[in-house]
Amino acid sequence: MLKSESDMEKNNGFMPKIVAFLCNWCSYAGADLAGTSRIKYPPSILPIRVMCSSRVDPLFLIKAFLNGADGVLVAGCHPGDCHYEKGNYYARRRFAMLKKIVEEVGLEPDRFRLSWISASEGTKYAKVATEFTEKIKKLGENSTKKKIFL
Amino acid sequence: MTRALRLNKGIEQGVLDLLKFLLDSGKVKGVFTLNKINSNGDVSYSIITRSSDLDSAVPFFPLMPANAGKLLSRFTLKGGTKEPIVAVVKPCELRAFVELIKREQGSLENIFFISLTCGGVYPLKTEVDGTIKEDIPKYWDAVSKGEILGDLRPACRGCTEFKPHTADITFDVIGSKDLDKQSIAFLNTEKGEELAKGMKGEFLEKELDSKKLNEFKIKRESEKKKLFDELNIKMNGMDGLIDIFGKCIGCHGCMRVCPICYCKLCEFESPDAEYKPSTFETELKKRGGVRIPPGIIYYQLGRLTHIGISCVGCGACDDVCPMDIPVSTIFKKVGESVQKLFDYVPGRDVEEKIPLVTFEKEEFKDVEE
Repeated sequence: MLKSESDMEKNNGFMPKIVAFLCNWCSYAGADLAGTSRIKYPPSILPIRVMCSSRVDPLFLIKAFLNGADGVLVAGCHPGDCHYEKGNYYARRRFAMLKKIVEEVGLEPDRFRLSWISASEGTKYAKVATEFTEKIKKLGENSTKKKIFL
Repeated sequence: MTRALRLNKGIEQGVLDLLKFLLDSGKVKGVFTLNKINSNGDVSYSIITRSSDLDSAVPFFPLMPANAGKLLSRFTLKGGTKEPIVAVVKPCELRAFVELIKREQGSLENIFFISLTCGGVYPLKTEVDGTIKEDIPKYWDAVSKGEILGDLRPACRGCTEFKPHTADITFDVIGSKDLDKQSIAFLNTEKGEELAKGMKGEFLEKELDSKKLNEFKIKRESEKKKLFDELNIKMNGMDGLIDIFGKCIGCHGCMRVCPICYCKLCEFESPDAEYKPSTFETELKKRGGVRIPPGIIYYQLGRLTHIGISCVGCGACDDVCPMDIPVSTIFKKVGESVQKLFDYVPGRDVEEKIPLVTFEKEEFKDVEE
């Protein structure tokens, strides 16, 4: 992994760091499946396993962003498929709120992403990882990373 | 048609007479209101149970020493009052209390509300330097003409929710002529009617003049737009935020006076928010420097995610800010945009759920990618 990261950096100059909150029941298993199926995707994702997407406090996303994450991903089960029945519906509302706040204070809402990835969607996980990485590459580095007076 | 009660006394005396009547007739056992507490004329909220002590009460004094919603929540946190009490509060204080009730931080039991179409309040500094005393006649004059005074709290100048949503009795003051000679109270609920029954005055069938209030709302809206434009934080990114919040000294006063911030141990004051030596090291390596105390932007953005959805825009936060950061304008601006997302008005209805504790299955399809 490390080797490929440095290779990529040589090629493109910038490999984003994306903090991903993956729900235990769907998205984390989806990521696992992508791995065991040997599907290729960029080494930009730093996964954090949470029991449910609704465990993700908007504060986590802000903290990740302020600490220099170039992108923040939240992934959970598809609506209706939540292991806890309705956790992802709450997560969706919170995420919508957070995105609005980020937009209103003049930061970049595009650095935040919510995706539904089920345990069988290894390919979707790889697709989301690739797409999001490309998008962040276009946005460039998170300038907050170098700011001192936060 | 709502029933209304016309009193042949000016607004300040009129409401006082009504309160005295309520205590004397035994309809309520206590009155929660602003009171002059010393010869200087300093005011504070108190609960009064003897009508003779009401002489020092100044129910509609244009000052908010603390958001009454927060005070009432403390009073009823461990259980509602057993005796009926009437509380004279401003619309934003009432809305704050309703928001706290939704968070199970108080009880509405046996509390009745008298409120008014609110002309706003002066900043706390005017009480410190004593100028507020001279300003009172000017204040009521401007209110009766439906004008917005430039020296009111910024949050009040741009407040468009000046009409109380859930008050039992609403005094109509904005744009009402002869406020020094007469006052009209609207009895919005059955309880309100019951309270006013037997009071000396003229009972009418009347509605609040919505045309007059709409005209006033337009004035407030343009004032609000001016405040938001001045702020102009949009499109400035992180540097813009540092410009605004950079001078924050981290006193957390805004959090302490905020009626919606009810947590006994705030996340931002918990040990979790402290930087460990290892965190400092990483931060220093990464950034080449770190602000002390760290986490100012984190605190402000975090508080926006916590209370933005329920921000009633009372303006207590920027009134206490020692660094004159326009906290309430920012919270109002961001808060309103979030509230609009869920079509939510904080404190409008106690039955309405806080948007973050409920959901609909088919919504916000566009936030998922």
